[in-house]
Parts: sequence; structure tokens; C-alpha cells
Amino acid sequence: MIRRWVRRRALVCRQAVALMSDYIDGVLDERDHARLDQHLAGCPHCTEYLAQLRATIDALGHAEPEDLSDEALDELVMLYRQCRTG
Amino acid sequence: MDEDADLIDRLRAGDESAFVDLLGRYQARLLRLAQATVGSRAVAEEVTQDTWLAVMRGIERFEGRSSFKTWLFRVLLNRAHSAASRERRAGRPEQDVVERFDAAGHWAAPPVPWSDQVDDRLVASELAARVQSLLPQLPDAQREVLILRDIEHVEADQVAAMLGISDGNQRVLLHRGRTRLRALLTDEMGVNR
Repeated sequence: MIRRWVRRRALVCRQAVALMSDYIDGVLDERDHARLDQHLAGCPHCTEYLAQLRATIDALGHAEPEDLSDEALDELVMLYRQCRTG
Repeated sequence: MDEDADLIDRLRAGDESAFVDLLGRYQARLLRLAQATVGSRAVAEEVTQDTWLAVMRGIERFEGRSSFKTWLFRVLLNRAHSAASRERRAGRPEQDVVERFDAAGHWAAPPVPWSDQVDDRLVASELAARVQSLLPQLPDAQREVLILRDIEHVEADQVAAMLGISDGNQRVLLHRGRTRLRALLTDEMGVNR
């Protein structure tokens, strides 16, 4: 009974932050999604935090692996040839 | 349609240039993922070599039930995890998330807006480079999930299967990794959290 009552209360910032990854990924259930929307509408700090989390994820999506040397790739091609002939 | 289907067909037919193209597409990414798991660059290189050997020997058995990319990452992670347990790396402790709240759950130290810092000091490409350079500071499990999900865009259920963890655990690790990285970026920018 108490738990049900707690779950229906408006979110506080700590709870809002805990839901943000699922919110961004679109896997939050409908009720929590609505509660987070409601919290964000009145909380500039959490809105800023969400924007920073999105920017972090966006930056990860653009992270390029370091370039490899030709020698390193040549070694793997040699491995391929050995495997083919061996 | 698997984006690599054409290359896989050519590799099966013994076309070396297909192997070279696959190396160009994946080797640097495999090395990044392997290094995230085993730590050492030298061990990571061995792991990627073993992975390509397994690809060459096993490509006939690849049935295409998952994408080639998913299969390749799974082959790599199996080897990387074996190597990591052999090396018995001293793991970083799984520290908990870094935001500060008061007893009632409200912000004790609200996030400071990035907008000025991002606009003035960091162009997007630089932000991406910084994020990458900060990845080694994350706990191992968070870093693996973050690379697979947010860099390589592997689906959540496949990441959980690759790492042998539950979907719930995968989501927790992803969230912790993202929030920790956000905090590290904030520190890098020289603003208070």
C-alpha cells in the first residue's frame, strides 16, 4: 500500500536522473515516461542534465578509433595468406 | 540485409581484397573493444589476431542469424574475456554514480550549463575525441557496454547476450557509464558539476 502510494508521487531529481538513460533509449514504460516529462517541465537542472547526457551519447557516436599503421594491417594480411596456404 | 554480406561472400570465395576491406572496416574498432576489456595494447593486438584467425577458419560456419558485426564482436569478446581472466587484471572498483543530491533527492550541486563551454571551447569533433580519451577512466564493465551500445550501436539484447549479463544489468551499466562520462567531461571543461 505504502509502496503504491510512493510510486504515484511526483519524481524527485534523483529519481528523474535514474530514469534518463531508459528515457533517451525509448525503453521507459509509459507511466514513468509521463512522470519524467512532468518533472522535466518544471526542473531546469534536470533538463540541463538530460541535455548533457544526450550530448555525451552523441559525442560517443562520433568517436573514431585511432588510425592503424600500414605495418599492423600488413601483418594481418600475412596471417590471412598463411592461413589460406597452410 | 547485412551490410557486410557482399564482403562475406567474397571472403568465402577466397578473395583477399575482401579480407583487406573487412580489416579496414573493423580492425581499429576491434582493437578499441579488445583494449577496453584486456587493458594492455599488446594483449589486445593478440586478441584481434586470434579473432581474425577464427573468422578465417569459421566463416563457412557463419550462418547469418546475427549480423556479421555482432558475430565478429562476440568472437572477439569471448577471446578478450579469456585473456582478461588469464591476465587477472586488477579491476577498478565499481564506484557508484557521482551526482550529488540532498536527503530529499533534490540537487545539492546542480549541473552547470555546458552550453558556453561547448560552443566556445569544444567543437563537436573535439568533444568526441575527449569522450574517447576519457573512456579508460570508466570501470571495465561500464566501458564495454558503452562501446558496444553507444559507439558500435549494437542492440541491447545482443550486448547482454555477448557479455553474459541480464538486460537489467546491461541497462544499469550503460546508465552508470554515461553519467560517469558526463561527469568526467564536465571536469575536463573546468566547470563544477
